[in-house]
Amino acid sequence: MINGIIEWLSDGEHWSGPDGITARLLEHLQYSFSALAVVLLIGIPIGLYIGHTGKGSVAIAGSANALRALPTFGLLLYLVIGYGDKLPTDWIYLGPSLFVLVVLGVPAVLSNTYAGVQNVDPAARDAAKGMGMTGMQVLLRVELPNALPLILSGVRSAMLQIIATATVVAYVTLGGLGRFIIDGLSQQDYFQMAGGAILVAVLAVALDLAFAVIQRYVVSRGITGRYAAPAANADVVAAESKASV
Amino acid sequence: MINYLKNNPDNVSEWFFAHVWLSVVPVVLGLIIALPIGWVASHYRWTYPPITNLAGLLYTVPSLALFIIMPSILGTKILSPINMVVALTVYSVALLVRVVADGLNSVAPDVRAAATAMGFTGLGRFLKVDLPIAVPVITAGLRVATVSNVSLVSIGALIGVPQLGSLFTTGFSRYIPGIVLLGIVLCLVLALVLDGLIILGGRLLTPWQRAVAKR
Repeated sequence: MINGIIEWLSDGEHWSGPDGITARLLEHLQYSFSALAVVLLIGIPIGLYIGHTGKGSVAIAGSANALRALPTFGLLLYLVIGYGDKLPTDWIYLGPSLFVLVVLGVPAVLSNTYAGVQNVDPAARDAAKGMGMTGMQVLLRVELPNALPLILSGVRSAMLQIIATATVVAYVTLGGLGRFIIDGLSQQDYFQMAGGAILVAVLAVALDLAFAVIQRYVVSRGITGRYAAPAANADVVAAESKASV
Repeated sequence: MINYLKNNPDNVSEWFFAHVWLSVVPVVLGLIIALPIGWVASHYRWTYPPITNLAGLLYTVPSLALFIIMPSILGTKILSPINMVVALTVYSVALLVRVVADGLNSVAPDVRAAATAMGFTGLGRFLKVDLPIAVPVITAGLRVATVSNVSLVSIGALIGVPQLGSLFTTGFSRYIPGIVLLGIVLCLVLALVLDGLIILGGRLLTPWQRAVAKR
């Protein structure tokens, strides 16, 4: 069985052409990163605002949890058959697909951004105010860099969820790596299905590792303590583990 | 939505209970497997990074991919619900190992010392002191695992395993939004109920928390 999957994956013909693996992989990345870009545009500003002002934190915590229970696949099908005909032709399937991927990703980014800003040491915030910084300066120069580790871990989990879930858009006639899973099932071709599944898994793991490297070098070394005393790192680690539970 | 429920009560209830079973069994199995591994990770500190990193890696693998790869590892049929149970158990273990280890690490050293002074040793101390103190942290992890399982199970409809997700595919093929909506509502209700039960269970297992809160 494993041999059949390897054979399917190593067949050069399966990689080329408009419905080949390369093209499907690019489509998958295109859907995922378009959705992720919108997630960042929505999640980070709102998260910063709530974290900075403290307004609306209860409402956000509650709705972020409820959203986790919302089945993305169901929501996608509901939107396509309920509202697809009200959209321009090109967007009948694409619109709902991007929408559900955004809904999936926003809670992780928003709640981590908010928690990151909330967890900034009040002494650091006070010191910044004492130095004469305006509210905006405190937010951008103190709170944002300090919150960055948590924000990035939120972005990372949103990215992984989106990459994994972008598979289901193939069910509503779109492309992406999910195509192989859906087509493999309808053609009763298990090797194609499993090949597609392995490609999605490898993509997720590879992007996760790449993101881990970025995460390591983007965060200010004053916060990670990469070059300084490791003790300063303890609070950040504690906050991160709490958020990921 | 209501019409479909009225006309097909047997289908819907069958799918509902299949969904309950597929969401709950993996979390229970996952907890049973994660407890000893989490204990090892918290007791022998050097094992914590490799164990949690491996768990993190497993958690990265998309669930749908895992459902489909399972038959080639287990030798089961592609439509067999066993694939989903095993895949979701792997997921729950990956999530809970870290939670159990962190929960056990959260036991204060002086509490542990006091327990040792009172004569608790080994397994007895683990079951009667460390584990109960870790309950709130483990409960939080169980809530995440269970609620996300309810949503992950519904994706199984894509590969034809019958559960509430079947309402999505049925509604889609008949082009009736109400049937899909019924599936979404039932999933949300199930997630809410299971979440509530876990919170309740966590409260019953930690009566001292209420006593402290009253004071």
